[in-house]
Amino acid sequence: MRAPLSLLKSERPGADRVVPPTGFTARLTLLTAAAMAFLAVFALALSLATGRLADRWADSLARSATIRISAPPDQMEAQVAAVLAVLKTTPGVASDRVLGNDEMKDLLKPWFGPDLPVDALPLPKLIAVTETNTGIDSEGLRLRLQAEAPGAVFDDHTRWRRPLVAAAERLRLLGLMSLVLIFGAMAGMITLAAQAALAANGQVIATLRLVGARDTFIARAFVRRFTLRGLAGAGLGVLLGMAAMAALPSANEAGGFLTGLGFSGWGWFWPLIIPPVAAIVAYGATRFAAARMLRRIR
Amino acid sequence: MIKLQHVAMSYGGKELLSDMSLSLAPGSFHFLTGPSGAGKTTFLKLCYAELLPSTGQLTLFGKDALGMTRDDIAGIRQRIGVVHQDCQFLEHLSVEENVALPMTVSRRPVNAGELHELLGWVGLKHRREALPAQLSGGERQRAALARAIIMSPDVILADEPTGNLDWEMSLRLLSLLTELNRMGKTVVIATHDLNLIRQAKAQVSARVLRIANRRLQHAGADL
Repeated sequence: MRAPLSLLKSERPGADRVVPPTGFTARLTLLTAAAMAFLAVFALALSLATGRLADRWADSLARSATIRISAPPDQMEAQVAAVLAVLKTTPGVASDRVLGNDEMKDLLKPWFGPDLPVDALPLPKLIAVTETNTGIDSEGLRLRLQAEAPGAVFDDHTRWRRPLVAAAERLRLLGLMSLVLIFGAMAGMITLAAQAALAANGQVIATLRLVGARDTFIARAFVRRFTLRGLAGAGLGVLLGMAAMAALPSANEAGGFLTGLGFSGWGWFWPLIIPPVAAIVAYGATRFAAARMLRRIR
Repeated sequence: MIKLQHVAMSYGGKELLSDMSLSLAPGSFHFLTGPSGAGKTTFLKLCYAELLPSTGQLTLFGKDALGMTRDDIAGIRQRIGVVHQDCQFLEHLSVEENVALPMTVSRRPVNAGELHELLGWVGLKHRREALPAQLSGGERQRAALARAIIMSPDVILADEPTGNLDWEMSLRLLSLLTELNRMGKTVVIATHDLNLIRQAKAQVSARVLRIANRRLQHAGADL
């Protein structure tokens, strides 16, 4: 990190000017760094959002469970009472609540519409259970329910929670992989641009060698320039990316995951690490290109 | 200082120089002559290690050139000033910056007073802010000479320095080189201009080396 930082201050005005300005490679590097940083902001946002989602699903669903009671109408009240009695004596239960008809109607609304006659349908009763941090012994509770209320089925959401959390984790991983690929592509592009600049300045390098310049001096002149271009381009890309993220609709229930894609709170500071990382990538890529090229010119 | 022992130089399977032996003593003045394409430039490139011998031994300031790292060679070039016929300037820098380039690349502070004095010595003080492209042929050669000597090198190698100059300007450049030789610098001038060599006779004790048939022939006598 010390080397890229020391590059930012020029030791002498003349030393910085030995390489002539090259418009094409300068623009290419700036544009590449800006575009990649812009994409990196989105990849970072995706990673953070999916991370938040995975945490939320893992946390909230892990501490909730449902008991469904399917019984003939004349036995329903008795089985509900039996289940509630069992829950009262079950360790790890923080609270329980029988869902009313209105809540059932809300749950079924997406499938049957708003005018569903819940009273006329032989629907099961649902009891929402909230667990304490210690959790419930699921197998023990299932056995007790089987004995006390044969129509009751305990569902701790494991079956569908796991794939959801796994999907969110995969998305987070994909976001991080995208970041790695974006910086890899940036390194490749900057290496090519640096090679083009070095090749275009073959006569300059020959002259510098003629007057006794060491490889480190020549490489430094190119590396400093490309590092600063990478930094400036990435800064621009991050600004544009953050503006685009700010313009996304704010998170709400109806939008679900998509509207929660942006940054929140301290998360807005994360994109600020992209320009320094881009500068380090540009530094490494140009050093590599310069070392390879200078080895070939005597 | 610069010593060649049975040096040969081949390129692409073709031998350009054969069995060359020479020792350049400190303070000596040599002219290197020969027809065009004889290998004068190749010989000079060997002397500042832009090319390395295919066979034989080349010793620069006591070190075997074949065993040198690129940093060693860079250090050697700070002790050898080279004047090319085409001057090899950085065209985007001013005359002043080009002349100071050896100091810049070796990270030595440039003394503005000394730089202006040097530019005055080669008659370019008034042109110090001009770009190389704005200079005449003679001015370019004098600027190249100023750049070659700013580090006070031990050896000055000049490859056809008067090739593009008129006679008056050639003499002016020659007098600068002979003055440097009187200061103790070793000077080697590659040229096919025999009039220039004859003219030098009046100013300095010089030896003539001739490259013919890929070999170095010592003319021997002082001019």
